[in-house]
Amino acid sequence: MAFVSTPTSVSAVMLKVLFALVPAIAVYQLYFGPAILVSIVLASVTAIVAEALMLRLRGFPIRPFLLDGSALVTAWLLALSMPPLAPWWLIVLATLFAIVVAKHLYGGLGNNLFNPAMVGYAVMLISFPAQMTQWPTLTTLAQAHLSFADTLHYIFSGTLPVSLKLDALTMATPLDTLRTQLLLGRGVSDISNMPVFGYVGGKGGEFLALAYLAGGAYLLQQRLISWHIPVAFIAALSLLALGFHAYDAARYATPWFQLASGGAMLGAFFIATDPVTGATTPKGKIIFGAGIGLLVFVIRTWGGYPDGVAFAVLILNMCVPLIDAYTQPRVFGHGERKS
Amino acid sequence: MSQPTYREIVVNGLWKQNTGVVQLLGLCPLLAISTSVVNALSLGLATTLVMAASNGAISLIRNLVPKEIRIAVFILIIAALVTAIQLAMNAFVHPLYLVLGIFIPLITTNCIVLARTEAFASKNRFMHSVADGLMMGIGLTFILVILGAMRELIGKGTLLSGIDLVFGTAANHWVLHVLPDYKGFLLAVLPPGAFFALGILIAGKNWLDQRAAKTQSNRSISIVPHAE
Repeated sequence: MAFVSTPTSVSAVMLKVLFALVPAIAVYQLYFGPAILVSIVLASVTAIVAEALMLRLRGFPIRPFLLDGSALVTAWLLALSMPPLAPWWLIVLATLFAIVVAKHLYGGLGNNLFNPAMVGYAVMLISFPAQMTQWPTLTTLAQAHLSFADTLHYIFSGTLPVSLKLDALTMATPLDTLRTQLLLGRGVSDISNMPVFGYVGGKGGEFLALAYLAGGAYLLQQRLISWHIPVAFIAALSLLALGFHAYDAARYATPWFQLASGGAMLGAFFIATDPVTGATTPKGKIIFGAGIGLLVFVIRTWGGYPDGVAFAVLILNMCVPLIDAYTQPRVFGHGERKS
Repeated sequence: MSQPTYREIVVNGLWKQNTGVVQLLGLCPLLAISTSVVNALSLGLATTLVMAASNGAISLIRNLVPKEIRIAVFILIIAALVTAIQLAMNAFVHPLYLVLGIFIPLITTNCIVLARTEAFASKNRFMHSVADGLMMGIGLTFILVILGAMRELIGKGTLLSGIDLVFGTAANHWVLHVLPDYKGFLLAVLPPGAFFALGILIAGKNWLDQRAAKTQSNRSISIVPHAE
């Protein structure tokens, strides 16, 4: 049967990927408010317009390429990575950079070297650190009672209802809190009693991680992604975290915390598994995934940024040609190993 | 080898063999210094001066230098000229000298200077060599200034910021705030911005050349039927 499977089109794959993101978006919306829906709409519209414009400029037929949905997947992943209350221009700029520069200037779908969504995210993080680190948390949002109209108004005009201050709305993320509190000399178990933390990760964020896991399981079950990259990613991250946690539990967070925080699950199942920018051979995928997991741990623990998924993915994207070249499976009957 | 005409020297230096977007030589200072128009223009002019002077000097002694040690001799002459310019900048535009820092002495090792002395000045007459150095330098300055303007405008929303380093504090009001109330796009000022901007410039130059080639070939095609 393996040889008579019906060829799946790019658009069918992309539709399923979007479908797999729905549970995460639902959880996100439930915990962090409707701002995520605005971000998704903004990013999607920008992505489609930018994609059509670039296809036209490059002399490609617009309809078939636009309908493949790959621009929409980029837009959704980007929207899910950005802070939910980001101003509209931040989302638009990130999407433009992802589609125009990272995707089309590097040769379009199938040729781009770097994951477009992560390029957009990383460029914004480097260029606008103030806006990119304003994350609302569950506790602050619950106190604020931000209505949908207020959210919309804030995203487009940058002004909040008079009774609210941005400082009151946003707080350091769990990963941020962990980093700064560790620097202040507090122990991990002490820190994780702070209100921003939930059962194992950040409050709310841990359920988001579960939703991504569910979406990832669906992608695996549909055979849209292979197990190599996510498993290697998660294994590398948790083994490192486990080792360091066992070595000094007061200074290194638990593996559970590492997996349930930041972009780990989104990265493992949806971002690192991008078929264009990831490794292609099975052995290569394991190296690729494990490399990302390793770098995420290194950047989170000793790096300058609270979360390292974007940078880890981009750095491993750079290594993909090398990884693929060295893990090429031997063609049967050729180049036998001398024993 | 036939001597090139002045016209060829000008066209090569400014467009066809432009150091910044065609030869891609001396990219280190090009990418590092082009964060603002003033920086770019200053380093461009300093490099132009060195190129014209070193091309001229080396052209004069081209028949006296043994072939085997010519590179060492060339570098020595270039280094002497750069030192003179460095001292002059230190004396007359000290604040700018501090901003450009290591990139002034590094003009010595800028491969475009050595490339022109080796490829051109060591084979051509004095006046031609001076003209080549000057034109190559102006071509480089031209690209540097465009890069600087792009990066400064996108990165900070201003043009000519830092002009007071050259003309004193009185020149402060010359700074153009093109985009008032601009938040700044830091990436443009950082090194990746330099690579992106240079890539866009190279693509733009290639696009113009291709378009020119296309109209040229269209014209020649349209002539053929009439000739029948």
